[in-house]
Amino acid sequence: MRAVDAVMECLKAEGVEVVFGYPGGANLPTYDAFVDAGIRHVLVRHEQGGGHAAEGYARATGKVGVALGTSGPGATNLVTAITDAMMDSTPVVFLTGQVRTELLGTDGFQEADILGITMPIVKHSFLIQHPNEIPRAIHEAFHIARTGRPGPVVVDIPTDLSRADIDYQPVTDVRLPGYQPTREGNQKQIRQAAKALASARRPVIYAGGGVISANASEELIALVRSDRFPVTCTLMGLGAYPAPDPQWLGMLGMHGTRTANYAIDEADLVCCVGARFDDRVTGKLSEFAPRAKFIHIDVDPAEISKNVPAHIPIVGDAKQVLTKLVAEYRALEPDPSRLEEWWQRIDAWRERHPLRYEDSADREIKPQFMIEALYEATGGDAIITSDVGQHQMWAAQYYHFKRPRQWINSGGLGTMGFGLPAAIGAQVGRPDETVVCISGDGSFQMNVQELATCANEGIPVKVFIMNNGYLGMVRQWQELFWDRRYSHVDMGGYPDFVKLAEAYGCTGLRFEDKTTLVDDMKAALATEGPVIVDVRVTQEENVFPMIAPGAPARDMVG
Amino acid sequence: MGEPGTKDLLSLEELEASVAMRTGRKHTLSILVENKPGVLTRIAGLFARRGFNIDTLTVGPTDDDRISRITLTLDGAVHPIDQVTKQLHKLVNVLKIRDLDPQDTVARELALFKVAVDGVQRAEVMQICEIFRGKVVDVTKRSLTIEVTGTTDKIEAFERMVRPFGLVEMMRTGEIAIARGRGET
Repeated sequence: MRAVDAVMECLKAEGVEVVFGYPGGANLPTYDAFVDAGIRHVLVRHEQGGGHAAEGYARATGKVGVALGTSGPGATNLVTAITDAMMDSTPVVFLTGQVRTELLGTDGFQEADILGITMPIVKHSFLIQHPNEIPRAIHEAFHIARTGRPGPVVVDIPTDLSRADIDYQPVTDVRLPGYQPTREGNQKQIRQAAKALASARRPVIYAGGGVISANASEELIALVRSDRFPVTCTLMGLGAYPAPDPQWLGMLGMHGTRTANYAIDEADLVCCVGARFDDRVTGKLSEFAPRAKFIHIDVDPAEISKNVPAHIPIVGDAKQVLTKLVAEYRALEPDPSRLEEWWQRIDAWRERHPLRYEDSADREIKPQFMIEALYEATGGDAIITSDVGQHQMWAAQYYHFKRPRQWINSGGLGTMGFGLPAAIGAQVGRPDETVVCISGDGSFQMNVQELATCANEGIPVKVFIMNNGYLGMVRQWQELFWDRRYSHVDMGGYPDFVKLAEAYGCTGLRFEDKTTLVDDMKAALATEGPVIVDVRVTQEENVFPMIAPGAPARDMVG
Repeated sequence: MGEPGTKDLLSLEELEASVAMRTGRKHTLSILVENKPGVLTRIAGLFARRGFNIDTLTVGPTDDDRISRITLTLDGAVHPIDQVTKQLHKLVNVLKIRDLDPQDTVARELALFKVAVDGVQRAEVMQICEIFRGKVVDVTKRSLTIEVTGTTDKIEAFERMVRPFGLVEMMRTGEIAIARGRGET
């Protein structure tokens, strides 16, 4: 059979239900194979959208996403999505077409060295040199993408090799001697961690996106509730522990709650699970949790002691390690009353510093109010994707995520334009759920072309644009740190998002009145098909509280 | 403060400040890799993007044609070696990494020196060559080309000795290293 038909067989064997892609000259063979393959293909309007849609699908379902592009510009358009998947450890396989082998290296039409370009931003990549290698490469790509610390894998196939006839034998094993992720976790270290937790008087559990990737939410909850452990999550970890909850401190980091940041600051033990001490979490690194010892559980050994030296490092899969840790901890039968004083301190912070904002006295919609209204209108149950900026931070603060895979955003790379295509992917993967994209007037325009995908494919995502007329987060920084010298952050009045939605075959709405906002949102959510809502909010509102960049957590402002 | 996002001037100390642990000595890493296209690029790229500086690097075949060995040296005073090896391990084509203990390792490099000599000086240079157990591999009226093998220190010492005569050029291979004793490197 043709190598491309073997590719389809491999995709089916990997359980692929849908791919997101865009055809072109160098992947014509692949597109020919789609005609008979019986795999759903969603035609996006830009390869970057396809890449983010595959990410959204992967994050919402826990399966590997697949994105396709042709050679040259098709492949380079995928680069941002590949980087995004790398930074947020999202399992996606990217299949790119390549010029035929005789043209390689000649600057042929639509030739780009995509393997060279993507080498720093992939978990691994495969350059196909012989058509017989293709089936094995596809299976190995899926294996690498989904196991260990998940990530993007690129498979680049020259068009002549796709068309070659091969003797296809299903591949049932992978041979990757250099790739053996540690899953179990060292029992001795786990026992040490349990003992440290049992003797800690001011412990905090700090959980990240790794808990969600490892499907270890239940195990995290079990650990937190095996005693009265205070727990906080990173931006990527939201939903790993259900909010709100008596033991939940809120998000930590730059725009986290004061309670979470103060608790970390005064902690004597920080138990980090599946997170990586990112600068947006730690603030000034040398003054991060200055009194604490660190337990660091991560599947990627390179993360351990990268930014903060770990006293008890545990390399392994969060699900397995946490299960053992809970058992070890329970066996110690620690005295829960030792945490009494700690909780008194935490409760005092909670009381003094709840998340708050000054609401408008008239009908004006404050951005924070908009998120609260959306929470109410959706019953707190929707899958939320977001773009990047102020709206993203307010969504993280005010939409209380209660389950894993409910919150899908671009955390590491901070990619504006992520939200809409990610929502498409999430909706395709979870057709029975309400999928809402919270976007900004800046971010939304960065992949707005995907509205056509929604309309054509009947993908009923609901987009709420927090429209303040500014690149709000940049404006906020210019206001706070650059003496309010606003430079190129005013987005002007265009486009008219309602008309734009209609032009793309979607429903367009505009909300400007806070008194009817919840009901208006409910109506929008109940509208069939894709809906784009232009929500006009206060123009110059800032996200608070905030750890100023490079400052220690205890010096939060706002 | 001092973050790129704010307008505060960054001090050099802040730029240099780092938490990573440094060992303060030279390290020799012996790395077995799958003999696949792009492996060297992946390793070189990793070093470049993480800001690790390679002092020497040699690549060659092993007794198994599917596997190559890369020997590289880098300065543990500048780089957190632990982070370097962990990042290398993440490359799928990297099979094994050994951070060789200098006490238990035989390390050699090969160097070629072209020295400008005339009449009188020739004998003197050849004498130095003999002391260093070097080999004259090419000779003309106005030059001597000498092959020297040995440790990095020895080669540097030889260079210091012949440089005053007029060193036309010098080439060095970078170190290869093998563990002492019966066990595999």
